[in-house]
Amino acid sequence: MLIKIPCASACNESDVTPESIYLSRRAVLGASLAGLAASALPSWAQAGDASRYDGVEAADAPGWFKDKLPSTKWQAVNVQNETITPFKDATHYNNFYEFGTDKGDPAQNAGSLKTEPWSVVIDGEVAKPGRYALEDFMKPYQLEERIYRLRCVEAWSMVIPWMGFPISELLKQVEPTSKAKYIRFETLQDPKVMPGQRSGFALIDWPYVEGLRLDEAMNPLAILAVGMYGRTLPNQNGAPLRLVVPWKYGFKSVKSIVRISLVSEQPKTTWQSIAANEYGFYANVNPTVDHPRWTQAHERRLPSGLFSPNIRQTEMFNGYGEQVAALYTGMDLRKDY
Amino acid sequence: MRYLWWRLAVFLAICAVPVAWLHQAWILDLGPDPGKTLVDRFGLGTLVLLLITLAMTPLQRVTGWAGWIAVRRQLGLWCFASVVVHMLAYGFFILGFDWAQLGVELVKRPYIIVGSLGFLCLLALAVTSNRYSQRRLGARWKKLHKLIYVVLGLGLLHMLWIARADLKEWAIYAGVGAFLLALRIPAIAGRIPRRKARKTAAVTKV
Repeated sequence: MLIKIPCASACNESDVTPESIYLSRRAVLGASLAGLAASALPSWAQAGDASRYDGVEAADAPGWFKDKLPSTKWQAVNVQNETITPFKDATHYNNFYEFGTDKGDPAQNAGSLKTEPWSVVIDGEVAKPGRYALEDFMKPYQLEERIYRLRCVEAWSMVIPWMGFPISELLKQVEPTSKAKYIRFETLQDPKVMPGQRSGFALIDWPYVEGLRLDEAMNPLAILAVGMYGRTLPNQNGAPLRLVVPWKYGFKSVKSIVRISLVSEQPKTTWQSIAANEYGFYANVNPTVDHPRWTQAHERRLPSGLFSPNIRQTEMFNGYGEQVAALYTGMDLRKDY
Repeated sequence: MRYLWWRLAVFLAICAVPVAWLHQAWILDLGPDPGKTLVDRFGLGTLVLLLITLAMTPLQRVTGWAGWIAVRRQLGLWCFASVVVHMLAYGFFILGFDWAQLGVELVKRPYIIVGSLGFLCLLALAVTSNRYSQRRLGARWKKLHKLIYVVLGLGLLHMLWIARADLKEWAIYAGVGAFLLALRIPAIAGRIPRRKARKTAAVTKV
């Protein structure tokens, strides 16, 4: 498939709403007419439903992803009174230190990451451990679009339409044993394609590791994502498989996952190992607990204008308290930050 | 004025950088968080200008060309200008001019304290950079302006405490800074081959 990369000033084909969508959007989305629509749509639209959002770069999606599109539950979870962050910003302002520490580095360097074939290891305290090819791993799940706020620990935030499935469904598949208390995620380690892992000055002990308590992972808001903005994940956003936990700081949502382990002890996570006083295991968004180097009371919602900085109050649990606060009853969140 | 064209060239070359950034900001080319980008750029710009300023004396010693010293004060003032913009941008884009929060930051965050101290030192140097102060302070002026070494230390510490996961960039700046400071250690400075200032230096005017 041809991937077109136009220069920034050029209008591209995707800016034009295809007539078929313009005339009958529902019919196009409907599974019954999918075949007809596919023949009427230009080739880029078949790669994903990229036309749902403006300015989305087309991607060549693997077959299993395309197969799931017709049955995807769009806007299964939405946000109220929020503007979705433009695709360009969500894909060119990233923290993915495997590809460099500058916000623009991941977009620049992650092109070398090969996401096909990809396999995921499931191990630890489960009845069904194993190594699965991604397409097999994904087989049981229906995709849902989840439009979530994303709050970075660095005090900026975005609103992103993810596509994925709840972790609870994965847990049903792999059957954790009674000893399983936590779930641990590991990012790919491949210094050949990840320049950040080659740096001799990195404080991070690769691979990147994150984890959740099992009941946190069971919460319906916690998902594993394979897409965003109606298409597959761009590499810099953690392709092909990443975690999204919207009530926690962004660094919890580990990218490019190669291993998922059910464990009995609280896993030692990457940022906690570097600076435990700055990054706790829980890392719940909490405006009342400062990062030692900056306040967490406010955030810059991106894109932030030069002359009208888009600064807003940060909400407890990033605004998802109703759904998740019960997980932490009886805990002192100032201590367990 | 000696080296008029050379000074003007340096002036314009440095001017061009913030003008280019402003243009980038104008055409929305600074990314989704342009304010933070500018804060970081002017902060780093301050450090770079500080290092360039500190390189002038060794360059003059090695090459014997007095033109390096002729632009040293200008470079120091550029460094000060950069730190002023850095702090204003921090106040506007990061704090939203929330003065109460500034008070909290000034008390609680070591890197902010260190940065502010560095700014105060630069302020003292900028205020006394004129000829009147030089005459007035006499021998004490030279002592006072040794503060620039302190500023370098504070600036590097400020940057180190902001770094979170990778120290490569910091290590490069710290390395250059350490090298420039080492050149001032008498035992090392004495070994640098010195070229005497040539009377014909003016010929090399740009």
